[in-house]
Amino acid sequence: MSNALTRRPELYTTYAQDMALLDTPAKRNSVAALAVAALTVPWLVVDPVLFLFAQGFALAIGAIGLNLVTGYAGQVSLGHAFFVAVGAYTAAALTGDTDTRFVGFGLQLVVGLPVAGLVAGLAGFVISPLASRLRGLYLAIVTLGLVFLGEHLWKEWRSLTGGLGAGRPGVVADVGGFRFDQPGEVFGVLMSSQQKMYYLCFALLVVFAVLARNLARSAVGRAFGAIRDRDVAAEVLGVPLAKYKSIAFTVSSAYAGIAGSLLYTLTSVIEPASFNLLMSVQYIAMILIGGVATISGSIAGAMFLGFLPFVTRQAPALFPWISTDPALRDGGFINVFQLEAILYGALIVAFLVLQPRGLFGLWVKVRNYWKGWPFSY
Amino acid sequence: MAVVTPAGAGAGPVLEFSDVVLRFAGVTAIDRVSFTVDPGELFAIIGPNGAGKTSIFNVLSGVYAPEAGSVSFLGTDIVGHKPHAIAAMGMARTFQNIELFENLTVIDNLMLGRHRHIRYGWLSAMAWLGPARTQELASRRAIEEIIDFLEIEQYRKYPVGLLPYGVQKRVELGRALAMEPRLLLLDEPVAGMNLEETEDMARFILDIREELEIPIVLVEHDMGLVMDLADRVLCLDFGKPLTTGKPSDVQQHPDVIAAYLGGGSAVDVAASDAAADDEAAGGRGEPTAGTHDRPAETKGTR
Repeated sequence: MSNALTRRPELYTTYAQDMALLDTPAKRNSVAALAVAALTVPWLVVDPVLFLFAQGFALAIGAIGLNLVTGYAGQVSLGHAFFVAVGAYTAAALTGDTDTRFVGFGLQLVVGLPVAGLVAGLAGFVISPLASRLRGLYLAIVTLGLVFLGEHLWKEWRSLTGGLGAGRPGVVADVGGFRFDQPGEVFGVLMSSQQKMYYLCFALLVVFAVLARNLARSAVGRAFGAIRDRDVAAEVLGVPLAKYKSIAFTVSSAYAGIAGSLLYTLTSVIEPASFNLLMSVQYIAMILIGGVATISGSIAGAMFLGFLPFVTRQAPALFPWISTDPALRDGGFINVFQLEAILYGALIVAFLVLQPRGLFGLWVKVRNYWKGWPFSY
Repeated sequence: MAVVTPAGAGAGPVLEFSDVVLRFAGVTAIDRVSFTVDPGELFAIIGPNGAGKTSIFNVLSGVYAPEAGSVSFLGTDIVGHKPHAIAAMGMARTFQNIELFENLTVIDNLMLGRHRHIRYGWLSAMAWLGPARTQELASRRAIEEIIDFLEIEQYRKYPVGLLPYGVQKRVELGRALAMEPRLLLLDEPVAGMNLEETEDMARFILDIREELEIPIVLVEHDMGLVMDLADRVLCLDFGKPLTTGKPSDVQQHPDVIAAYLGGGSAVDVAASDAAADDEAAGGRGEPTAGTHDRPAETKGTR
């Protein structure tokens, strides 16, 4: 029996097998391999690169959130940066020192992180009635307005954010006296702060990715897809549009909040000007490059964009006309930040035109090629 | 062809559509139309293009709100209800131009049909424990029966956008059946289908009546199919009801013939009577005659 089944891996004998997340041996093996690789990376690469990994994981949580509302439910949101900011400031205020000039409650990350998600989710819930009345470009414009409102709020609310140009200290990663942001021994092994942060971000990414994947394959995820593809037909099938758009916005914003709080445990300062339109566009780029309406694609896209600055920072060494100085005082033609912005745009256009399903679509092509090998169809 | 004695015939009608009026800026799409559908009945609505057939469906499923009249479904007045609320009461529908979720697989489309039976929330869904898991597995089992019934086993995991037209029509019927409806609205289920696909669909419709005993409202241009399957027929023209009755009576009704052939004198009608049959059968003559015989044959061999 078991022998027969191993020879026919896609013969399902129960509905539970048929509906399992990892329903083929190939998926089980590749996920296991990826997990092992991810767990060994902190011992193989240097801290600055490790930082990029951890940041990529945090970005991926945010990208998954945006993919839930924009990819799965089809509601284009340019307001993701606002919810990231809500999460970041909530967590920073809750975990911040009580005796500085900034708002701070001195709580631990185990409180700060979930509450950041809840507060951002609540903000999304409050915004969601807009989404049930608007769609397409109108919704995109309105959510864009949210970013500008947020920018103003963060500039002016100095006791919370420190104001423009100054900023406030980031989120303190303290769990019961265990500091993720300081080097120390873990089970007798000396670990750097980056190694610890890497594992924290990785663990949270796994949890939130699995939760999102479950949501996507449930009746809720199907309702999202139905609303995206044909909203009238969805309603005639008994899917209340307003309710599901609201769920999509709430969950998406909560993910953004978690991502925001995690991102600013990695960096020591939160600069209010960073929650701008460019940040929203970066998240859009992540899901377009990674793959719309896929969880693994969101992660791939976030890692891709997370490592993009790493690549562009090497560019000045190769091309003298690219400057590292924002003011171009060393005679460059453009600076690395402009180069990054141009690359975001170019990549979005290139993927939309050439590979609309993103990196995930590329992977599907590769997989189908080997499935069909030696035939091309 | 009245094959079924309606289950629970003593009970009131499933659907009462009385004196409904629907206007779009000067155009009266539905003009005081009334009809009832009894339990287990197959009620057909016919009429030339623009007669208001699909508008009636849109009023029934709550997409349009009528200006006057009342619509009572299972004893409840549903005018003003949202489409999803009406769907939740058990009214299922297919569309004239397929309205499937083309990026989702056949399984997901059918599972969406079961949405009104799903009782778990998004938190339970994220954890995939308890009610979410139990209900998903139960739904999966339920739609497998529909997959088997409609013979679409080989397409289960394909996105429906990739499937041939005839199969998509079948999946859409399956999605409506997955709702376990109390009333099924079929909007041109065989439009654009070839003879073989039409015969298959006719067989599915008959099976739905006999095995599932679901009352059906059918809008269709294939007159052979309508005349064979329907218990009663309502003919509309420009939103006005012309006649309601047995298929054979409606077919002979002078107003109906006039509506389809462009109302001439009595002499014209008599002269074009043979042509009327042809036209009424969708203008396809011979192939439709085949459809005409087929369901009877299917019954014989069963």
